[in-house]
Amino acid sequence: MNMTRRHFLVLLPAAALAWENILAGAPETATNYHTSEHWWGMLVDIEKCIGCGSCVRACQKENNVPDGYYRTWIERYRIKEVNGVETLEVDSPDGGMNGFPSSNEPGVKEFFVPKMCNHCADSPCTQVCPVGATFVTPDGVVLVDEKYCLGCRYCIQACPYGCRFLHPQKNVAQKCTLCYHRITQGLTTACCENCPTGARQLADLKNPKDPIHEFLRTHSVQVLKPHLATGAKLFYNGLDGAVR
Amino acid sequence: MPTDGFMYPNEIELQWSVLIVLYPFLTGLVAGAFILASLERVFRVEAVKPTYRLALLTALAFLLVAPLPLQLHLGHPERSFEMYLTPHRSSAMAMFGFVYLWYLMAVLVLEIWLDYRRDIVVLSQTTTGIKRLLYRVLTLGSSNISENALAIDNRVGWVITVIGIPSAFLLHGYVGFIFGSIKANPWWSTPLMPVVFLFSAMVSGIAAVLLLYMLLNRLRKQPSDIRCVDTVAKYLFYMFIIDFSLEMVDLIHRIYESDESFRSLDFMVHTRLFLSQVVIQILLGTVLPIVLLALTQVARLSEIARKRIYVFAGCLTLIGIFAMRWNVVIGGQLFSKSFLGYTTYKMGFATKEGLLPAIVLTVLPLFILWVLVKVLPPWSEKETAPVSAAVAAN
Repeated sequence: MNMTRRHFLVLLPAAALAWENILAGAPETATNYHTSEHWWGMLVDIEKCIGCGSCVRACQKENNVPDGYYRTWIERYRIKEVNGVETLEVDSPDGGMNGFPSSNEPGVKEFFVPKMCNHCADSPCTQVCPVGATFVTPDGVVLVDEKYCLGCRYCIQACPYGCRFLHPQKNVAQKCTLCYHRITQGLTTACCENCPTGARQLADLKNPKDPIHEFLRTHSVQVLKPHLATGAKLFYNGLDGAVR
Repeated sequence: MPTDGFMYPNEIELQWSVLIVLYPFLTGLVAGAFILASLERVFRVEAVKPTYRLALLTALAFLLVAPLPLQLHLGHPERSFEMYLTPHRSSAMAMFGFVYLWYLMAVLVLEIWLDYRRDIVVLSQTTTGIKRLLYRVLTLGSSNISENALAIDNRVGWVITVIGIPSAFLLHGYVGFIFGSIKANPWWSTPLMPVVFLFSAMVSGIAAVLLLYMLLNRLRKQPSDIRCVDTVAKYLFYMFIIDFSLEMVDLIHRIYESDESFRSLDFMVHTRLFLSQVVIQILLGTVLPIVLLALTQVARLSEIARKRIYVFAGCLTLIGIFAMRWNVVIGGQLFSKSFLGYTTYKMGFATKEGLLPAIVLTVLPLFILWVLVKVLPPWSEKETAPVSAAVAAN
C-alpha cells in the first residue's frame, strides 16, 4: 500500500481515537465510558415513594430475577401509638412488587422504604468472599462473577441488609448490579427509570454536575445501619429512626 | 415457611444447614483430640499415655471428613480448588484450605508417621502379602529403626507436637473467627467466639477420646486403665469449667450491654432456641456433666461407678457441644437482621443437605478410625511386644 505523508497525517487522529477505545476495553467502546471517572450510588427520597412496586417489577424483568428472590424490594412501615406506647409493623408482601393494600387507619404513621444493595465502599460481603468472586468495581459497584462464585453463601451471611440470595438454578450468589450493563452505556437503572415519582435517583458522586451534590448539601440524608461503617452509598432522604 | 414478624424477603431461606453445624463439630473433635494427645507428649502427663495414639488417630479420622460437609454444601463444589489457587486474602474462609492442609500434612500425618515408624518398619518385615506391601509403602523407604534413629524421631515428634498445639488452636480458633467476625450478625459477632469455640473443641475432643478409649477396650475385652480414665476425666472437668465460664461471660456481657439486638435475640432464646439452647446445651449438655464430673472429683466412688459416670457425662458432653454448634449456626439465622422477625429451619432427610448425609458424615469418621486402628494399632508397648520379639528373632 502506498501511503503519502499527507494521507498518514489525515489518518493519524482517527487512529488515535480508535486506539483510545481499544485501550478502554470492551464495554466502554460504545460510550467512551471510563470507570475511573465515576463513583456510583443512589438517592432514595422516602417522602416521594408511594409503594407502587414499579421499581421491583422493572428490576425483576430487566434482570430476570427468579421468583421469590429480590434484588430490590419495598418495605412498608406502620407506626401506631396506643396509650403512649409506639408499636411498629413492617411488611413487604412479594417484596412490594404488586404494591400494598391500602390502609386508611387514622393516627398511623405510614411510609415506604425501597431497599436494595447499598454498594458499600467498605463492603463486608466482598471482604469475606474466599475467592474474590464478588468485588467492588473501580466505579463503586459491587458485583458477583458468576463464573467464579463457589456458592458458599458467606457473602449472604455478611450482608447486613439482606440484599443477597443464592440463585436457585445457577447456585451462585446474586444481588443488585446497579444495572451495570445499563449505566456503563450512559443509561440509568431499570428501577430509577420506572419510578413514577422520581423517588429513586442514580447518583454519580464523582460527577460534579450531578444534582446529588446539591441535594446532599441541602437535605438531611442518612444511610442504613451507619454504625456498621460499611460505607453504604444508598442515601435516604427522610429516613425514620425506626427503619432497620 | 413459617415466619413471625418481618424478615427481609431474601432472609426467609436459611443459607447454612445442618452440614455447616457438623463442620465446626468435627473440627472441634480434631483440635480437642490433638490437644489431649499433646498433654502426654509435651506436658508429660504420663497417666494419659494409653490414649495418646488413639487421640492422634481420632484426630486424623475426623480431620479427613471435616471438609466433606463444606464440599457438599457448596453451590459449585467443582470450583472449591480455586480457594487454593486464588485465595482472597481478606477472607477468613479462604484460609481454610491452608490451615487445613498445614494441620493435616505438616502436623497430624507427620506426627503419626514418626510415632508409628518403628511399628510400621516392624510390621513391614513380619506381615505378608498386601499388608506387607502397605506397610512397606508406609515406611517411605526408611527402615532404619536403630536407637539413634528412634531418638531423632522422638525429638522431631516432640517439636511437631509443640508446633501442633498452636496449630490446633489456629484450626479451631479460625473456625470461631469465621462466625465471630461477621459484624452483620450480632448473634455471632463477638471476639469471644474463637476462644469459646476453642475451649468447647477441647471439651468435645477429650470427651470423644475418653468414650472411644473405653469403648475400644470393651470391644477388645481389655480393662480400661482407670488411672488414665480418671486423669482424662479430670482434664475434661477443668476444660468444661473454663468453657462454661467463657460462655457465661459472653451471656452476662450481652445481657448487661443490651444493645439493639438484645430484645430480638432474647426472645429467640426463650422461644425457638429454648429446647436446643437452654435445655439441651446448657442444662443437659453442660451443667449436668459438670456436676457429674465434679461428683467424681469430690466423692469417693467405686471404679465401676466412676466409669459409668464418665460414659454418661461424655455422651451428654458430645450432645451438648453439638447443640452449641447448632445454636450458633442455625440460631444465627433464625432471626431477621432487621430484628423484627423470625424464621424456621426445616431440615430435609434424604436431600443434599439433609439429615441423612449429616448422619453419614458423622458415622464416616468412626469407620475411618476403625480402619486406622486396624492398620496402625494404638495399643500399648506390652501388647505389641510379641511382634518386636519376632523381629529380634529374625
